[in-house]
Amino acid sequence: MRFVDEYRNEADARKFLNAIERLVTRGWTIMEICGGQTHTLIKSGIDRLLPPQITLVHGPGCPVCVTPLELIDRAIAIARRPEVIFTSFGDMLRVPGSAQQTFEVSQTSKVSRVAQDLLSVKAQGGDVRMVYSPLDAVKLAQAHPDRQVVFFAVGFETTAPGNAMAVWQAQQMGLTNFSILCSHVLVPPAMEAILGSPDNQVQGFLAAGHVCTVMGYWEYEPLAEKYRTPIIVTGFEPLDLLQGIYMTVKALEEGRWGVENQYTRAVTRGGNRPAQKLLAEVFDVSDRQWRGIGLIPRSGYRLRPAYAAFDAEQRFGVGGVTAQESPLCIAGQILQGLKKPHECSAFGGQCTPEHPLGAPMVSSEGACAAYYSYGRM
Amino acid sequence: MHPTFSLQCPIPISDYPTITLAHGGGGKLSRMLVERMFVSAFANPELEILHDGAVLDWGLGVGDWGIASANPQSLIPSPRFAFSTDSYVISPRFFPGGDIGSLAVHGTVNDLAMCGAQPRYLSAGFILEEGLPMAELWRIVQSMAAAAQVAGVRIVTGDTKVVERGKGDGIFINTAGVGVIPAGVQIAPARARPGDVVLVNGPIASHGIAIMSVREGLTFETAVESDSAALNGLVEAILAAGGEAVHVLRDPTRGGVASSLNEIAASARVGIRLDEARIPVLEEVRGACEILGFDPLYVANEGKCLVIVAAEAAEAVLAAMREHPLGRDAAIIGQVVAEHPRKVYLRSRIGGMRVVDMLSGEQLPRIC
Repeated sequence: MRFVDEYRNEADARKFLNAIERLVTRGWTIMEICGGQTHTLIKSGIDRLLPPQITLVHGPGCPVCVTPLELIDRAIAIARRPEVIFTSFGDMLRVPGSAQQTFEVSQTSKVSRVAQDLLSVKAQGGDVRMVYSPLDAVKLAQAHPDRQVVFFAVGFETTAPGNAMAVWQAQQMGLTNFSILCSHVLVPPAMEAILGSPDNQVQGFLAAGHVCTVMGYWEYEPLAEKYRTPIIVTGFEPLDLLQGIYMTVKALEEGRWGVENQYTRAVTRGGNRPAQKLLAEVFDVSDRQWRGIGLIPRSGYRLRPAYAAFDAEQRFGVGGVTAQESPLCIAGQILQGLKKPHECSAFGGQCTPEHPLGAPMVSSEGACAAYYSYGRM
Repeated sequence: MHPTFSLQCPIPISDYPTITLAHGGGGKLSRMLVERMFVSAFANPELEILHDGAVLDWGLGVGDWGIASANPQSLIPSPRFAFSTDSYVISPRFFPGGDIGSLAVHGTVNDLAMCGAQPRYLSAGFILEEGLPMAELWRIVQSMAAAAQVAGVRIVTGDTKVVERGKGDGIFINTAGVGVIPAGVQIAPARARPGDVVLVNGPIASHGIAIMSVREGLTFETAVESDSAALNGLVEAILAAGGEAVHVLRDPTRGGVASSLNEIAASARVGIRLDEARIPVLEEVRGACEILGFDPLYVANEGKCLVIVAAEAAEAVLAAMREHPLGRDAAIIGQVVAEHPRKVYLRSRIGGMRVVDMLSGEQLPRIC
C-alpha cells in the first residue's frame, strides 16, 4: 500500500538501526510526545531493536490519558440526562469515571463495585453514540431538534480545528441544541512543564508530527533554545520514528540543539494557517488541568465568550463536579516520563484494560495499554 | 444425578452489573461470560472443549449430564457428529458481499466444518419485528435457500416468532446444524503441537470492514466486500490433502484472527508465532484499518479458516487450499512453538516482536 509500505520496510529499518548503533557513544533518554508514536514504537517492536543505551520514555500526548477525571464524571452526568444525545470518539467511551457503582450480586449479600464509563451509561439506557467527526454530531443536532446533542471535544491541537469547525458551523446554522464538553490541551506548555521540572530526565524530544501539521513548529524553537534540547518533528510510521530517533541521537552526540523536521511530507514551519485562524476565532488559550500532572498555565483551549452558548459545562451546570484519583495510579509520573508502566505496582494486577485504574490503561494510545497489550511486562 | 442450578448460587461473573456490548465482542469479556456464566452452569465435557461446535456420538448418552466424569477422549469412536448453533443479529441486514440470510447459513455451516464435520442439516429460527417489510423477508429467505444449496445442506426444521414493534431490530435469525465427522478426522483446538504450521485461506478482516463501512456510512475508493462464504468444501479439500496431520481448524469470526489464535494457544498450552508480512490483507481493507486505527488481526471474518497442520503436510495442504476457489490466496502465516505457552507473538514488518493479546472489548476508533 502506497505511503504505508515504504515506511515499514525491514531493510530500511535495519539501515537506520545500524546507523543509530554506530552513532551512539553513551546513554540518552528520548521522549516521544504523542501516544500514537508510543503505540507504533511498541507495536512494531522498535523499543527492543534499539541499542540499549537509548531509553525511550513516553510522553503526555495521549488525549484520553490527560483528560481530567472530573471531566469524565461531567460527561457521564450529562450523558445520563434523558434529553441528551451524547457523542464522542470511540476511545473516550471506556474511560472509567470516579464514581463506583455499588450493586448486590446475589443473596450472599456480596457487594461488588464497578466504575462507571460512558459505555455503561449506554447499557443503562443513556443515548451515547460514537461518531467519527464532530461534524457528524452537528448533523445529529440538525436531525433531532427536540434533543440536546453534546460532543466530547477532547484532544490536542490535532483535533481542535475539527471541533472549532463544528462549533462555528452550529453557530452559522443557528443551532440551539448543540454544545461541546471541551477539554483541549496544547503540546508546547506540557513540554515546558516537563523540561522545567527538577526531576526531568528527558534529553531530546520527538515532537508530535500531526500536532505540527496544524500548528507548524515555530513555537518549539524558543523551547529548544531555552532548554538546549533537540526537538525533532517526527511522523508515525516505524521508519519515521527510526529516522526521528536517528536525528535526535545525532544532535545529542554532536552537542547540538534546536528544532529539526523529520516529517517534511506533512509539516511546514508555519503549519496550516486557515486551521489556526479558525482556532483563534472559536477558542481562547486558558489554564488547563492535566490528568496526573496538574494545572499547567495557558495549556489548553476554552470557548471564547462569543461562543459560550455552545459550552456544555455551562448549559448543563456540571462545572462543579470534582473527582478523586485512585491513590494507586501513577499515571502522572508515567506521562512525564519519570516511570515506565510496568514499574507501577498496580500494572497488570489491579489495573488491566478490563479494569483500568487510570486512563493510560484504557486508551489504545495510552502507554500502559500499549505495554500491557504488546507484552512489555 | 442432575446438578441443580439454583438461583441461590452467587452469580459467578460479578464484575459488571449489566450486560455491555463488550460482552458480545468476541474478546476477553465474551470469553469470561461464556466460561464463568454458561460453562459453569451447564457443565459437561462436550461443552468444556469450547470448540465452535460440540463433537458428539450416539454411543454415549447425549445430553446425559451424568457423564461429567467421563474422559473426553472416550467421545472419539465413530460415527461421530458435530452440533452447533449461532444467532445472527447483524445490522445492516444487507451489505456488500452478503446479507443476514446467507450469513446465517454460512456461519453455522462453518462452525460445523471447523469441527471437521460435513454439514448436513440446519434449523432456522426467525424472530421478526412487527413492521418488517415482507419483501425484505422474502429476499433474506431466498438468500438463505441459495446459500444452503451452494453449501449442500438442507434446512429441515424451523420456528417463527413475531415481537412487537420496538422489541427487535427487524429480524434476528438463529440457525443450528448437525454434520457428520468422517472416520479418522480429529480436529480440536487442543491438538495444536509445537512445530505445526499456521495457514489461512486468504485475506483477512474484509467482513468487519465491509459491515463497518455500511453501518457507519464510511466510503472508501474501493467498496470493501464481506468474505462471507461456506467453507465446508474447502475444509473437505484440506482434510483430503492433510488427513490426520490437520490438527486444528478455526473460523476467526468475532475477535478476528488474534482472538482465535489466543484461544487455540490457551487450550493446547502452546505458543504461536505470526509473521506480519505474510498475513494477507486486501489493500483497501488495510487502508480502512489504518484510517480507523484498527488492527486487522482483531477484525471479524466470515469466510476465513485458520488451519493448523503438522509441518510435513503444510505444503500439500497449502497447495490444496490454493486450488480451491475460496483458498486462492492461502498463505502460511506462522507456526506453533513450545516457547511462551498460551501466548501469541508477532514479528512485525520491520522485524520487531510483540505479543498479540486478546482484545478486552470491541475495537473503538481512536481520537487521532
